[in-house]
Amino acid sequence: MSCEPWQCAEIAATKKANPIMKPDVAVAMIKKAARPILIVGSNATERWMEGRQLIEYIIDFAKASKVPVVATAHMVGEFLKRGYEPAGFMSAMDIGNRLVDPSWQGLDGKGHPDLALFVGLPYYMEALILSGLKHFAPDLKTITLDNLYHPHASWSYPNGTLEEWASNLKVMTSKFEGGQQ
Amino acid sequence: MTTKNVHVKIDEMKTSTGLIKNLELSIGKVVDDSWAEPMGPTPMPSLTTLRDWDMKLLNRYKPFYMPDCDLCCLCTYGKCDLTAGKRGACGLDIGAQSSRIVLLACSIGAATHTGHARHVVDHLIEKYGRRHPIDVGGLNVKVEAPVTRLVTGIRPETLGDLEDVLEYCETQITHCLSAAHTGQEGNNLDFESKAFHAGMIDQVGMEVADIAQISTLNFPKADPEAPLIQMGIGTVDTSKPVIMCIGHNVVPSVGIIDYMKDSGLADKMEVVGLCCTAFDNTRYYDRAKIVGPISWQLRFIRGGFADVVVLDEQCVRTDMFNEAERVKAPVIAASEKNCMGFKDRTNDPADEIVADLVSGKVPGVLILDPDKVGEVAVKVAKQIAPIRRKMKVLPEIDEIVALAKTCRQCNMCQRSCPQDLKIPAALKAATEGNIAPLTELYEECIGCGRCEEVCPVKLQIHSFIVKAGEKYMIEETNLCRAGRGAVQDVEIRNVGSPIVLGEIPGILAVVGCANYPHGGKDVYDICREFALRRYIVVTSGCSAMSAGSYKNDEGKTLYEEFTGTFEAGGVLNVGSCVANSHIAGAAIKVANIFAKRPLRGNYEEIADYIHNRVGAVGLAWGAYSQKAASIAAGFWRLGVPVLVGPHGSKYRRMLLGREDKPEDWEVYDARTGDKVNIGPAPEHLFQTVETPQEAMVAIAKLCIRPNDTWKGRSIKLSHYIDLHKRHYGVMPPDLHLFVRTMADVPMTMKDEITAILEAKGWKETVIPDPTLLPRMIRKKKE
Ligand code: SF4
Ligand code: SF4
Ligand code: SF4
Repeated sequence: MSCEPWQCAEIAATKKANPIMKPDVAVAMIKKAARPILIVGSNATERWMEGRQLIEYIIDFAKASKVPVVATAHMVGEFLKRGYEPAGFMSAMDIGNRLVDPSWQGLDGKGHPDLALFVGLPYYMEALILSGLKHFAPDLKTITLDNLYHPHASWSYPNGTLEEWASNLKVMTSKFEGGQQ
Repeated sequence: MTTKNVHVKIDEMKTSTGLIKNLELSIGKVVDDSWAEPMGPTPMPSLTTLRDWDMKLLNRYKPFYMPDCDLCCLCTYGKCDLTAGKRGACGLDIGAQSSRIVLLACSIGAATHTGHARHVVDHLIEKYGRRHPIDVGGLNVKVEAPVTRLVTGIRPETLGDLEDVLEYCETQITHCLSAAHTGQEGNNLDFESKAFHAGMIDQVGMEVADIAQISTLNFPKADPEAPLIQMGIGTVDTSKPVIMCIGHNVVPSVGIIDYMKDSGLADKMEVVGLCCTAFDNTRYYDRAKIVGPISWQLRFIRGGFADVVVLDEQCVRTDMFNEAERVKAPVIAASEKNCMGFKDRTNDPADEIVADLVSGKVPGVLILDPDKVGEVAVKVAKQIAPIRRKMKVLPEIDEIVALAKTCRQCNMCQRSCPQDLKIPAALKAATEGNIAPLTELYEECIGCGRCEEVCPVKLQIHSFIVKAGEKYMIEETNLCRAGRGAVQDVEIRNVGSPIVLGEIPGILAVVGCANYPHGGKDVYDICREFALRRYIVVTSGCSAMSAGSYKNDEGKTLYEEFTGTFEAGGVLNVGSCVANSHIAGAAIKVANIFAKRPLRGNYEEIADYIHNRVGAVGLAWGAYSQKAASIAAGFWRLGVPVLVGPHGSKYRRMLLGREDKPEDWEVYDARTGDKVNIGPAPEHLFQTVETPQEAMVAIAKLCIRPNDTWKGRSIKLSHYIDLHKRHYGVMPPDLHLFVRTMADVPMTMKDEITAILEAKGWKETVIPDPTLLPRMIRKKKE
C-alpha cells in the first residue's frame, strides 16, 4: 500500500502525514487526546462499504469512542435521521477557521481541541483544510479516517480499498469501551 | 479632472473669437463637467485610498488560509519552504504568500477584463468614432455606468470618455501587480486590501467593455424581454456548415456574422459558441446559438460538430490546436492574447488563407483583423463541411468495449480526475458490455482531459465518456434568455424599497464558470428554489447557461417559467462575464436612485450602504478562473458576500465572520451614534459551501441585513428557517442572533421561537440606521 496522495497532484513539501499502518495506532492517539473532535463531511452518505453507508460506521465509532462529532454541510440532518445527535454542526470552512483560532474554546466552551479527526469531506476540500491546520494550528494534531492518504494531516491511512476501510473503522470502534457489535 | 496634474478651470473668458464659459482643461484634454453632481471624496482611488474601509471589512471577515502549496518559488532565492510559520528568504510567511496569490489572481482577472475592454473600445472607436454616444438603455437607464461613476467620478457620455476610464484602470492594475513583487508588500491584510482594489477596478473594466459593446452593436438594451436563444448541440443543424466560436470577445464573431449575412448565407450556416462569446454572439444576432459552458470545449470539439473553430480570448483550452487537428477542423486564432503558435496571416489575401486551411496545408492561422476572420471562417466552413461530414470522429461502442479490455485498472485516471470519477470501474463494466456506468460519468465530467494524460495505455477516456453520453448530448435542446445588459432605473425604483426594507428577501446572483462538483443541475435547482421563493435571481456567464439547461415538469426552462424583469421572482440573465458589472451596478443604483445617496466618487458610503442594507449574495457554484476571483473581490469591497462551490475552496482563502464573537458585530446607529450589535449579518464575505443543500441554507442566511425592517426580517427568517429545517432537519441554532424584537419573529412560528429565545437568554435590541462609518453619524453624542 503506497503512501502517495490519493489525488496525484496533492503533494506536500517538507511535512507529510505519518502513515497509519494499523488502526491501533489511531486508537492510541485518540485515547491519549484530551479533547478530540471528529469532523464528518458530505461523503458520509455517498460512500458505501459492505452494503452500509459510511455515516453508519461513523455513528458506531462516535458512540463507542464518545468523540464529539461536528457535521459539515447538510450532514446534521442525515445524522438525526439515523437517531444520532452530533455535538455540533457548521460549514467545513467554519470549523477549520475555529480550529486555527487558539482562543476558540471548543463546541462546549471548555477548551480548544487537541486532536481533530476528519472523514468524508470531498478529497480536495479536506486536503485544503488539513493544509490550513498544518500551517496555522501548529499545536493541533490531525488524523483522517478516510481510506485515502492525506499528506497534510499529521497522521493518515494510506490509500486503501473499501474493504480495508470498513475493517479499519470496525476495528477502531471495537477498541473502545462498549465498542460495537 | 481632479486627478490630472495640469488642471485649468475657466468660469468665463472673453477672447477674440467669442466668450468661453465653464471650460476645464486637464493635460490637453477638454473635460466637459456638465454633470451637476458634486465630486465625492474618493474619485479614482489609489492603492491605499480605501484601505481603511477594507480593513473594517477584513477585521470582521478575517482571512482563513488554506495554502494549496507549502512552497514559494517566485524568485531565485527560492524554493522557500514556508511550512507552519517558517519565513522565506525575503521574510514572507505563508499567510502573506497565500494572500499574495489571491492578489495575483485578482490582478490577472482585472487585467484580463480590462485588456478585453481596451481591445473592444479601441476597435469600436476605430469603427464608430470617439463621439459615438453611450446608450445602454435609452431613457430607461439614465445612470448608464454606475460602477464607473462611483469609482472614477466620470460620467461617460461617448466611447471616447471610456478611454479616460481605462487609463485609470490600467494604471491601478499595474500598481496592484507591482505590489506582488518580492520585497514589496509583506503584510497579509495589505495584500488583501490590494486584492479588493483589483476587484473594484475589475468591475470598472467589465462595465466599460459591456457598455461599449451594448452602445454600438445593438445588443439588448436593459431589456427584460430579451429574446430566448436556442441552446444545446441538439438545436444545431449539423447538415449545415458549423462555425464554432470559443472565448469571450465578440469582435471576431461580429466579423463572421456580418460576412455571413452580407453574403446571403445566414440561412445556410450555423454560428455557435461556447462560453461568453456564445452569449455576446446571441446578443448581436439572435439566431446564433449557444452550445454550452466553457467546460464543454473538448466535448464538442471531439464530437466533431465544428467545421471551423474560431478562438478569441480567455478560458480557451490552450491545446485547442491539437484537439481541433485531431478532428480535422481548421482553427482561426483571432486574439493577440491567444496566438496559439500560429503564423500571423492578417495581411495575406483571404482566399490564400482559405486554400491553406481547406487543403490542410496548415492546421490553423492567426488573423487579427475581425473582418478578415469573418470572410475566412465563412469560406472555409462552406468548403470543408462536405468533406468533414464523411469523417467519423468518436470511437464506436464496440471499439470502446474492446479498448476497455486493455485497461490495467491502475486507478491513475481516477486519481487524476478532479471529480474523482470512478473511471476504472466504468471501464470494467464496459468490458462486460455494460456501458451505463460510463454514460453516468457524462454529467459530472468537466472535460479536463487529465485522465487521458496519465493513462499508461493511452485510452481516450474522455472520448469514451462523450460517446457513451452521446444520446444526451444530441438531445440537448434548451432555451436561454439573451443577456439583457443593465437593470433599468425604473426597475430599481420599483424594488428599491422592498429590497432595502427586506420585504423582497434577497437578490441572488448566480454567476461564473462551470467547474461544478456534480454537473450543472445544482445551479438550476438553486435558481428555481429562490425564484419560487420570490427572491430576485440574476444570472450571468456559464451559470446562466446551466440555469437554462434543465426543464420543469411542464417542459419549461427557467427563462420561460419566470419573467426576465428585475423583480421578486424574476430570473434575469444579464449576459457574459463582463455583464457581471450590471449586477454590482444594480446594487449601486439601489443606493443612488432609490436612496438618493450621492454616487460620484463616493465609494465608501455606497459600499457601506450596500453592505448594511442590500440583501444581495453571489453564488459562483463552479468558479474556477482568476477572473472569477477578481469578480468576487469586486463584490467583497462592496460588502456583498460571495459563496463558491466546493472546488472554490482552491481559491485557498476564505473571508469568514465569527458568529460566536459578539464583539465583531457592532455597527453605529447613524441616528444616535450609539454602537448597536446587529448579529452576524451577513455572516461571511467569502465562503465555500460543500453541497447544494448547504448553499441554499447559506444563501437565505446571507441575505439578512442589519437594516431589515421587522417585516422584512420576519420574511427572511421564515425562508432561512424553512430551508434549514428542510435540509438540516432542525431549527437554526443561531436564530436568536437574528431576532432583534419579537416583531421579527415569523407569526406562524411564534410559540416555537419564543421558547428558543427564552432558552438562549435572548434580549430585545433596537433596529439601527446601520453604518460602519463614524462620519455618517448624524447626531454626535456629547
Ligand atoms: S519571493 Fe520570498 S518566499 Fe518566494 S522564493 Fe523568493 S525569497 Fe522565497
Ligand atoms: S475529463 Fe472528465 S473523467 Fe477525465 S479527468 Fe477530467 S473530469 Fe475526470
Ligand atoms: S489510467 Fe488507464 S489503464 Fe489505468 S485505470 Fe485508468 S483507464 Fe485503466
